[in-house]
Amino acid sequence: MSDAREIQDIKGVSTWSAFCATLRRDLIIALKRRNDLLNPIMFFLIVVSLFPLGISPDPVELSSVSAGVVWVSALLASMLSLDNLYRADFEDGSLEQLLLSPQPLYFLVLAKNIAHWLISGLPVVILSPLLAYMLYLPSEAYWTMVLTLFIGTPVLSLFGSIGVALTVGLGSRGLILAVIVLPLSTPVLIIGAKAVTDVMFGLPVSSHFALLGAILALALTMAPLASAAALRISVN
Amino acid sequence: MFCERDERILFSDLHFDVAGGELVQVKGSNGSGKTSLLRILCGLNEDFSGAILWKGEPVVDVREDFLASMIYIGHRAGVNRILTPRENLLWSASLQAPADDSQIMEALDRLGLRAYEDIPCRNLSAGQTQRVALARLLISRASVWILDEPFTTLDVHGVKNLENLLAEHVSTGGAVILTTHHPLNVNCRARALDLDHQRINS
Repeated sequence: MSDAREIQDIKGVSTWSAFCATLRRDLIIALKRRNDLLNPIMFFLIVVSLFPLGISPDPVELSSVSAGVVWVSALLASMLSLDNLYRADFEDGSLEQLLLSPQPLYFLVLAKNIAHWLISGLPVVILSPLLAYMLYLPSEAYWTMVLTLFIGTPVLSLFGSIGVALTVGLGSRGLILAVIVLPLSTPVLIIGAKAVTDVMFGLPVSSHFALLGAILALALTMAPLASAAALRISVN
Repeated sequence: MFCERDERILFSDLHFDVAGGELVQVKGSNGSGKTSLLRILCGLNEDFSGAILWKGEPVVDVREDFLASMIYIGHRAGVNRILTPRENLLWSASLQAPADDSQIMEALDRLGLRAYEDIPCRNLSAGQTQRVALARLLISRASVWILDEPFTTLDVHGVKNLENLLAEHVSTGGAVILTTHHPLNVNCRARALDLDHQRINS
């Protein structure tokens, strides 16, 4: 009995250390590849700052689209960096090692997804108030926007991971990735942007947060499993 | 075991077993299914019919135990080009059983990579990258080594070094399954499995 528990403990510890090692590895790689690190953030900044030039500098017009613009840009910035998630690992064979680990693939995939969010999602969340200011978002909506992005961007990484895992083995991916990922991500975009707009009109937003939270919970529990299964198919 | 790839039968009625303390060299002409066989054995390829047993039980039932006792090094070395050999090995090891820094340095030292441990792998030669991958063998406690063409890109000294490693592993009760076109010169129990004729020569 105690032996079995000891083995369980050892397994728990090594799963945790494999999780941490994978997270650390992906963060080190990202930090060493500055271009890839800056790309999504620069893209986000450029797209958002082009809107006032394209639409009109009028505060009333801009503030009415600000929530949508920030959210759409965040979604595109996340998608832009998705390919980094498994491509290099697929090409150099690290993915095979990942699949052959005795540790549960769920946690290893989750670690990679968290690393992707820390690199591409978190900077967007942090920068969003600045861009909201540029787009004349009413001040009462700032917190709602930051919070919806904070809950929503991890979902974009988690669902995006499924799409990349499915397409990583294909030679030319083109638009397939977008076709797979967008239907999964658009509900988050709709709810997130709607919550921010509703706050501007003084409407209650707790139901939007509840929905976003539910989607995040679903994504955290199911998406890594789907990604893991997709990776097995891609490597086969 | 039966395998068909792209509507071509690679092998059928293939049956063999590998015991601890022996080395099996899978032979065959190009495209005879050597790599497919190894990938099937380690579970990366599931397009086959038949059964793979590990300690008498189907691998699917004892997969975790099997993966913990097995190490596979394929054509693609599994070495990230941006990371240093040390960082690469730290991660590879943690997937199976965490290793500490001294173990990693010792392994790198043995494969002649001392002084290269903190250089990004993209600056290393193909042979050195292969050595980084092979260092995983020394760190891991796996008893079954599955190696796909481990000798390619290695220099004469590296080949000798790897042959010694293989012999050492086999003599301590480990098992090795490998493919190579290189004439093996190892000092241990070795067999050949010829996929062209599907027979086992002792």
